[in-house]
Amino acid sequence: MPDPRFKILTSASTSGPGDAGRTGSWRVERPVIDMDRCIPAKTGKHACHLCWLYCPDNVVSKDLEPTIDLEYCKGCGICAQECPAQAIEMIPDADFIKGADRE
Amino acid sequence: MSDAIIESGNVAAAMAVQLARAEVIAAYPITPQTPVTEKLSELITSGEMDAEYVAVESEHSAMAVCIGAASAGVRPFTATSSNGLLYMSEQLHWAAGARLPIVMCVVNRGIGAPWSVWNDHQDAISQRDAGWIQIFAKDHQEIVDSTLKAFRLAELTHIPVMVNYDGYYLSHTYMPFETPEPEQVDAFLPTFEYKHALNPERPESLNTVTLPDARRDVKSIQRGGYMDLRHNLHEEMRLAIKVWQEIDQEFQKVCGRGGAPIIDPYRCDDADFVVVAMGSLANQFRDVVDRLRDDGLKVGVLALQIYRPFPNSIIAEALQSAKHVMVYEKGLSYGYQGALYGDIKSALYPYPSRPCLHNFIVGLGGRGIPTESLFQTVKTACVQDEQMSPAQADEPRWIGLQL
Ligand code: SF4
Ligand code: SF4
Repeated sequence: MPDPRFKILTSASTSGPGDAGRTGSWRVERPVIDMDRCIPAKTGKHACHLCWLYCPDNVVSKDLEPTIDLEYCKGCGICAQECPAQAIEMIPDADFIKGADRE
Repeated sequence: MSDAIIESGNVAAAMAVQLARAEVIAAYPITPQTPVTEKLSELITSGEMDAEYVAVESEHSAMAVCIGAASAGVRPFTATSSNGLLYMSEQLHWAAGARLPIVMCVVNRGIGAPWSVWNDHQDAISQRDAGWIQIFAKDHQEIVDSTLKAFRLAELTHIPVMVNYDGYYLSHTYMPFETPEPEQVDAFLPTFEYKHALNPERPESLNTVTLPDARRDVKSIQRGGYMDLRHNLHEEMRLAIKVWQEIDQEFQKVCGRGGAPIIDPYRCDDADFVVVAMGSLANQFRDVVDRLRDDGLKVGVLALQIYRPFPNSIIAEALQSAKHVMVYEKGLSYGYQGALYGDIKSALYPYPSRPCLHNFIVGLGGRGIPTESLFQTVKTACVQDEQMSPAQADEPRWIGLQL
């Protein structure tokens, strides 16, 4: 049994969004889902969800209209690559910042 | 307590590991460590020891198996020497950073090149910054007692512990020693519990890329970054000095032996001249001290029992009344001076009394260390008031060179 005076910090992470830190800050391109193409969104049935399954940061929701937690989405593009309906487009994050500037 | 057993230092180590009920032994044979692992494999084969012996293809794998075993909450043990320890080096750092309570005996031997099978301390010294606790035993009894106490220390602090003893001088010589009864050891050393043991109910990724900054995990608990983890390893290693003293007291209650876990001074009380050494060399110096005392010189020898964490304040305080301190060692920081000498010098710096320091390098690669030459060099250092520049005085002197 360890001595209670010792904290014994180790590096451990469990699967879930944000467990590797604020990985959203790494992003150069942002995934944007076209709900007109997305299979569950289009059919109203829980199907596909490959983006949810493949996302290494576990930040895609398993909803009929999937959402992405941009706080932690690192912009790797795996979801866009795996999407069988080509519903996900990777768009430069800078475009969104420019958009914000124009407002 | 057993009657006195007369056996080799390697067998003494194996008997302690058996008593500690180590559950996984993974080791690769290397001279002069080989008989420890042979003895353990015999004990396992004959059923006298309930453990799994994993025959690995290298020391790197030996430590990797120990890392796996400890991660699974099983008590591991390994042993090595010299280049075997160096081959393990990457895994040594891993074990420490992962805070795994592993115990390893290092049967000290010179490092190649050139190839040597004989004793010095360079193997251990070269790994002193790996984050392992390093204990040095002076005789067979200390091999037994330190190994048993090392399991307790590793498991309380979650820092791996290296028990060092001199190749051949201790590993292959026969000396009397006692072993505690198994019930005594069981009372002293409870069942192994690793705080972060792998658990299928709670899957985790361990020691993956750890960011420079702290983060909130999925449960919003603050988790340290790399630097925070390393800070705690250091702080808790410092605290391990105190824990080692407490363990020694517990061990004394159970086995009646101990009392000098950090430093073991011999005739140092009124000594003007104090020799500092580690391992069997410190015991050899007791004869030298006795002879010098007969000659009317106030000399003592202080054995350093634990090298990392370095007990700097304990040593510095013990040396406050000495006029001269002579550090004899079998390892050095190439291009500078004896590693222990440098450490002692820096430990003394904040203290009011800074005795004159002398550094002697002896016995590298098994070069003989005649007691007579120790006697002569100490005596000379005591009686001669050599006029040397500070730079000259700070250079190590090599004893027994044949150039
Ligand atoms: S992979 Fe594409 S189609 Fe499938 S759920 Fe995700 S966005 Fe929709
Ligand atoms: S780009 Fe897609 S797969 Fe990559 S982290 Fe973002 S959501 Fe996940």
